[in-house]
Amino acid sequence: MARRSEAITVLGRAVRTPQGGTGLVIFGLVVLVAAIGPAVAPFSSTQFVTAPFARASSIAWLGGDVLGRDVLSRTLDGGWELLVMAAVATALGVGVGAALGVMAAYYGGWWDSVIMRAVDVILAFPQLVFALLLVSILGPKIWLIVLAVAISHMPQVARVARSAALDISERDFVKAMQILGIPGRRIIRKDVLPNLTSVLMVEIGLRLTYSMLVIAGLSFLGFGLQPPAASWGLMINENRVGLIANPWGVLMPAILIALFTIGVNTFTDAVARASLGVGGRATEPEPVALVAREVT
Amino acid sequence: MTTTVTAETEEAQAPKPRKPHPIRDLIIKRSLIGILTLVLVSILVFAATQTLPGNAASAVLENTATPQRLHALEVQLGLNRPAVEQYWTWLTGVLHGNFGTSLANGQPVGSLVGGRIVNSLILVVVAGVIGTLIGVGLGVLAAARRDSVFDRVLSVSSLAVTALPEFVVAVVLVIFFAAVVVHWFPAVSVFVPGTAPWSNPKELVLPVATLVIVIVPYIFRMMRASMIDALESDYVQMARLKGVPKWRVLLFHALPNAIAPTIQVIGLSFLYLAGGVVVVEYMFNYPGLGQALVSAVSDRDIPQIQAIVLVLAAFYIFVNIATDVISLAVSPRRRLPRS
Amino acid sequence: MTAPSEDIPVTVAEPGTGTPRLAVENLRIVMPASRRRPEADVVDQVSFIVQPGHVLGLVGESGSGKTTVALALLGLVKRGLAIGGGKVLIDGQDILSLSEHELQKLRGKTVAYVPQDPGSALNPVLKVGTQLREVFSIHGGDADRLTQVMAEAGLEDPGPILASYPHQLSGGQQQRVALAMAFACRPRLIVLDEPTTGLDVTTQRRVLDTVRGLCRTYQVAAVYISHDLAVVAEIADHVAVMYSGRLIEIGAAHELFASPAHPYTRGLMRAIPSMESSHELHGMAGSPPRPGNRPAGCAFRPRCEFAVAECELREPQPVVVSDSGHAARCVRATEVIALTGTALQARERTVPPADQPVLTISSVSVSYTNKPVLRDVNLDVGARQSVAVVGTSGSGKTTLARCVVGLHKDWSGTITFDGKQLPPGVRGRTQDQLRKIQFVAQNPYGSLNPRQTIGQIIGEPLAHFTKLPGKEHDKRVGDALTSVALRESFAARYPDELSGGERQRVALARALVVDPELLVCDEITSALDVSVQAAIVELLLRLQAERGLSLLFITHNLPLVRSIADDVTVISAGQVCERGPVAQVLTAPREAYTRQLIGDVPSFG
Repeated sequence: MARRSEAITVLGRAVRTPQGGTGLVIFGLVVLVAAIGPAVAPFSSTQFVTAPFARASSIAWLGGDVLGRDVLSRTLDGGWELLVMAAVATALGVGVGAALGVMAAYYGGWWDSVIMRAVDVILAFPQLVFALLLVSILGPKIWLIVLAVAISHMPQVARVARSAALDISERDFVKAMQILGIPGRRIIRKDVLPNLTSVLMVEIGLRLTYSMLVIAGLSFLGFGLQPPAASWGLMINENRVGLIANPWGVLMPAILIALFTIGVNTFTDAVARASLGVGGRATEPEPVALVAREVT
Repeated sequence: MTTTVTAETEEAQAPKPRKPHPIRDLIIKRSLIGILTLVLVSILVFAATQTLPGNAASAVLENTATPQRLHALEVQLGLNRPAVEQYWTWLTGVLHGNFGTSLANGQPVGSLVGGRIVNSLILVVVAGVIGTLIGVGLGVLAAARRDSVFDRVLSVSSLAVTALPEFVVAVVLVIFFAAVVVHWFPAVSVFVPGTAPWSNPKELVLPVATLVIVIVPYIFRMMRASMIDALESDYVQMARLKGVPKWRVLLFHALPNAIAPTIQVIGLSFLYLAGGVVVVEYMFNYPGLGQALVSAVSDRDIPQIQAIVLVLAAFYIFVNIATDVISLAVSPRRRLPRS
Repeated sequence: MTAPSEDIPVTVAEPGTGTPRLAVENLRIVMPASRRRPEADVVDQVSFIVQPGHVLGLVGESGSGKTTVALALLGLVKRGLAIGGGKVLIDGQDILSLSEHELQKLRGKTVAYVPQDPGSALNPVLKVGTQLREVFSIHGGDADRLTQVMAEAGLEDPGPILASYPHQLSGGQQQRVALAMAFACRPRLIVLDEPTTGLDVTTQRRVLDTVRGLCRTYQVAAVYISHDLAVVAEIADHVAVMYSGRLIEIGAAHELFASPAHPYTRGLMRAIPSMESSHELHGMAGSPPRPGNRPAGCAFRPRCEFAVAECELREPQPVVVSDSGHAARCVRATEVIALTGTALQARERTVPPADQPVLTISSVSVSYTNKPVLRDVNLDVGARQSVAVVGTSGSGKTTLARCVVGLHKDWSGTITFDGKQLPPGVRGRTQDQLRKIQFVAQNPYGSLNPRQTIGQIIGEPLAHFTKLPGKEHDKRVGDALTSVALRESFAARYPDELSGGERQRVALARALVVDPELLVCDEITSALDVSVQAAIVELLLRLQAERGLSLLFITHNLPLVRSIADDVTVISAGQVCERGPVAQVLTAPREAYTRQLIGDVPSFG
């Protein structure tokens, strides 16, 4: 008796829509560039190949950056760390956040209050500021940034998971299990969690976008990978000065970051639409519920 | 006869129920929780700067720290006293308006930060208000013309724009309006300290525009979605069946209902702006809290960081309370219980 | 209520009878063609007329198209639908040919609408007074008449109501506000869309009286839509029955109900429980076809016991079966109508003597923060006995069921099961106690886990209480399915593939698979169509007889109690009002409350 995996169903459905397909393709493209980039870059990212802010030429297809390094090569090199950091921060944040949220929902009472209070405290800062705070103490260490971003995701995810779990716990089929005397933990695992899958998938998509924004933003402010490393956010900052001379140093990384976030967002929106029809009757997804998923 | 008398006296003795003031009660309750949260935040901030490996002294001295210099600085900064005592000193100082002295330039933090609060507030408020008006307006129009070309174009583009980081938006704006395509606005602000930011409005345009572009898509999408929900509701159908003209249905029946979920989003947008200003101010060299925070972090200027973070947290809490209060004010169902 | 003999409701009004207030001719409403499918009709060939001062009842089960027709009478079609043809003539004018602007002037003034759910049809952020006065401000008319209009609708003290928001009023008050809004401008035609669904019988009775009075006084023509045939019998002069978008029978009310001419109508009458006698209820197998999926010929043919080869060839035209204009779309209408009555078998319920009751509830009380919900309730359920608990919403009957089952823990008093006292919640109960008491809830859509197959859903309690090897487990699940008249192949399906009735059967199967002694049913058929309800109830009774189950059946439906229960307990505001054998309580009630409750129930008599 194989249990139908909701995740696969919803993802499959989302991919088949034009919106979902497009989003996935764009996102996939950026991941590809970031992953293979370092292998196909014509030059190393620290090599000086031309004059600072030189225009595009046959040697440097996108011209030179602030120090005369090849913009193309640096762009190809500068993505994968960002993506990995964003992915890890998201996985950690969503995993722990969801666990906390579900526990708060199911066990209620004291647990619930404590977790929600803690959530409120962390929610009292913008994500970026929280990360900056920690960086100011310990310096711009990679693991710290990932941890800071992950922690800043947890409250939001916990809230969403808690509210979805509460919603499900109220439904009759969970009560039907409770009546039989089935212990709480089993009910969570077998009945509550599987129904949360689609909510969590949407959260993962949204959080991934935010992770990328915050980490790239930190890198832009100078608190990510330090020079002379190639990192898209850092590149945008370094090459700002020569924007008029050679805009590619700024434009290219900006375009890539934008494509990544747009792709993820578009795909996540398609997933949200697909998932709202699942888990009950196949109805036209309610517009407010769709947007509310993203915002709360 | 006896029964009636007993009934009357019983009624007279039962306490009369007081008229509820839900909004006032909410404000009081949330303010108290807000103060508690602020205190917790301050403890968190303080603990972070005290208990994590390395303290303020070593952060300031970095590589030049020798044991003697470290110790001397610690005594100077009061870091050798017990943590609780340090916190108490700091807290009482804060309550008196004394945020300590900046480690970077020796000035009192209060005066450094004070002026900048106003500057950032201007950005946030102006961007917030303009963004809200545009978002709400477009949302209502798109919902009224659902599935038209206008609607579809806006919906798709909002999905794309919403994903962009502020610095990308800022960069694109600078490329278009300041540096490469046209030169209408300055790419960086040149502020004379002491003058008000609005004395040269051209310098405000791009920073505000960046922030507006960043928040409009969310507000638009939520407004559109909740307007659509309202337009499909039973009560709007009933209004149509009563013969209410279309424009009236839109503005007087649908909109008052649709605004409630959007208020949450507007509140969240203001909160988002509090973080967004950091990048925007840095990008445009605008003398606000965000820019100060970035330099303070580079300089490891702990007192300044503590002060700015606390101000931001207070702003957050205030916006949350305001959102909840306004939200309650527009929902009679939650405000007034069933009689 | 005798039908005037000049009424010929079926096709076009005869000249000489005066222009009917409302004449619908061959109304057709469609789902326009899209990329994926061709045009599908939702409603077609619907024709009827209504004279001033008369009420036409439009009945049908879910999916019959009656609400679609109702909205079309105001010139409105839901999003995604379009008018495909036909006319709606009000005083001779075809409103379907009017522009939106002209229609808007018509609505609320010439034609008015009373909604099904007034709670959601009134704008939650506008005060009631604002919404009422709006009708006057749009259509002109004297706002001073407001008080008078409200009094006519039964709202005596208008001041506080006008100043309230809709959610602060009770269901009955909300519906009266809706009535006041509808009658405010003295419309010529009123369309009432299931206006009493969701109201308790007493409020329903009052609303029906009000509607009838207003229609008579102002000579308003009314179309009353409902799925509840008894209610329609009380208020309508003529009745039109809809099935799968077609008008399949029409005629004078008393004639139609006494001698139905269409097999479907006959089927419906056989499914309705009556308070006068306990008889078998007959459901109809299968379910109505959805738009776009209609079979060739008569839409009802697949479910019809009278079907012949001709029924498949073409859609039947109306066959007139009596002088008064009674007609039905059935080739065998004249035969059907000749069948005397509905030939329902009386049911003899013999209650075996029980030495010790299976379940005893003594002095159980529940209160939520100072508000008492149940006070000192006493109840017994004997072995193999069915005990019904009736009451209006808010009476506390659902809370009682939840206490018995263990979902609600904060109660005082004692509940004894099989001789032993039950601990308040689920925690303290033994495996045996948990297994022997099973529960079926009202909502068929929430009670099944959408992530699991039917087989897994039914198997879960089985796996919890017994540790059977795989093959035996599967066999028990299969047996449970067949016992509720579902094919074993259902085990691999998912809940969202099943209809409401099928889901309730699954819920029953899940409850019965572990061989309980007591089954607690909380309004299990309230969300189902009447024919589906009949099938479920008969199934339940059969299973009870086979397995020797005791039933605790919670409901608000008094006629249903007559068919299903041996004993009935009437609860009012948390207290037991009256208790006793069903026949006795329903025919000779002792308490005034019970008498009023019984009197308020609509009947065919």
